[in-house]
Amino acid sequence: MEITILIFLFGGLFLGWSLGANDAANVFGTAVGTRMVSFTSAAIVCSIFVILGAIISGAGTTETLGKLGAINALPGAFAACVAAGISVYLMTKVGLPVSTTQAIVGAIVGWNLYTGSSTNIQVLMTILATWIICPIIAGIIAMGLFTFTKRVILNRKLHILRLDAYTRTALLLAGAFGAYSLGANNIANVMGVFVPISPFTDINISNVFIFSSKEQLFLLGGLAIAVGVFTYSKRVMYTVGNDLLKMSPVAAFIVVISHSIVLFLFASQGISAFLQSINLPSIPLVPVSSSQAVVGGVIGIGLLKGGKEVQWSIAGRISMGWVTLPIIAALISLIILFVLENIFNLTVSF
Amino acid sequence: MFGLKSASLFGDTKKLEREIDEFVDIVSEVGLVFKSIVPTYLNHSANGKFEEMVEKVKEMESKADKITKDVEHTLYEETLIPDARSDVLRVLEHLDELIGMYQGNCYHFSIQKPNFPKEFHEDLVDLTETVVNCVESLCLTVRSFFRDIKSVRDNAHKVTFYEKESDIKFSSLARKIFDSELNLDQKMHLRYFVEKIDRICDQAEDIADEVQIYAIKRSV
Repeated sequence: MEITILIFLFGGLFLGWSLGANDAANVFGTAVGTRMVSFTSAAIVCSIFVILGAIISGAGTTETLGKLGAINALPGAFAACVAAGISVYLMTKVGLPVSTTQAIVGAIVGWNLYTGSSTNIQVLMTILATWIICPIIAGIIAMGLFTFTKRVILNRKLHILRLDAYTRTALLLAGAFGAYSLGANNIANVMGVFVPISPFTDINISNVFIFSSKEQLFLLGGLAIAVGVFTYSKRVMYTVGNDLLKMSPVAAFIVVISHSIVLFLFASQGISAFLQSINLPSIPLVPVSSSQAVVGGVIGIGLLKGGKEVQWSIAGRISMGWVTLPIIAALISLIILFVLENIFNLTVSF
Repeated sequence: MFGLKSASLFGDTKKLEREIDEFVDIVSEVGLVFKSIVPTYLNHSANGKFEEMVEKVKEMESKADKITKDVEHTLYEETLIPDARSDVLRVLEHLDELIGMYQGNCYHFSIQKPNFPKEFHEDLVDLTETVVNCVESLCLTVRSFFRDIKSVRDNAHKVTFYEKESDIKFSSLARKIFDSELNLDQKMHLRYFVEKIDRICDQAEDIADEVQIYAIKRSV
């Protein structure tokens, strides 16, 4: 493999790192923020399940992202990933929970604009629509689950300590599910643009075990996400866990599980196919934002409690971040593409 | 693994649940012993039994102290109930102080040997019973804080009820004491004892108020 290919892949790995630092924090942020799960436990579980989710179920959303703009040159993919990574990093620095999903979509649109490729408006609209629908669904799921769980807890008369033990276990399991869903739903952001131009070849061991080039890419992306989790997500976890709404450990669990369900719904080819088979509208397999899902869940619970405890100003700032992030990513993408093409004489599209 | 040590997490949980239950049992039992101690003391003929009961209260107090320390260590070492552990420990410490108040009363009876004339016996026993009922209701309040948060308010209300009743009985007895023909020094001495018994109820009510706040905080 050429060294330049590796360098370009680093763009994706950088974005993977951003995803690990920022989005993965959403999965365990509430659990770690409420001190129910230690950071190390969270980081280990998160890393393992993100990688599993990426390799096993990451294909669905990758296809959708490919339809938005098929970046056909490695330097172009590199530019898109670095642009997305930088914009996520900048927003994280400002303390806003954003997602790589929004950034990569902005960056791909930036590539389309720069290269004069057409943007598939229908796919773009589907993605944008899910960004609005996703926090709403997460909020509704959170409200339903919270009401149900609260009733069960009150009726079962569990001892405070027993409830604590159950909640810890539930948080870990929900976190594992969340990490798996995140890997499945968001690996497309990190490695999706490299799939059509993958430098890897399939590994075939006696026709029994086939490790495709796509899976190898996803494994690499998953590892980059894990590095992001271990190196930078701690601070973000505490922010997610405590800033928007002071939550009880049970509420924290509800937020994680609602977020995970939403991400899973938008990544599961199985569910989508099943809905289609019974003549129901299928769920679009779109990389959704884990931050939006978490914020939706938190606000859902806040609304159930009367809405007074929600820090609406912070919620407003977060929403503004969601609007500006894709724009920033697109602009950075344009700048990097310009630099690569005009200063380094690289081909950014064919 | 994962800092959870799942087997030990549930093991610790069960052990702690048992210890906390045992602790509240002690608070309740000390009250029941105290309820018998006062009439036993007033009945001078059973002096030996009285000292035996005081000793029993002392033993129970040491046991409660040990449990408080154990619970404190486990809660912090295993980082259990991070959102509520300081509240739980404060409740246990204040309950421990309540046991200390019972014990203090017993010691004062044993050392100072107040001379309650027969005419006050019935009122003193009555006051003691109300105080013990008040603490019994507090025990229910605390138990419901741990298991059945919805009942905390109802049980705490009973504590307030008994506290008010105890105030009325204290005032009435104190008035009777000062209206009597006894010397002022004896009146003061008896009033001191009556007041000390009544103070147990005040402490119980404070703890019940505290538990109610913690219950609101704990609401899922």
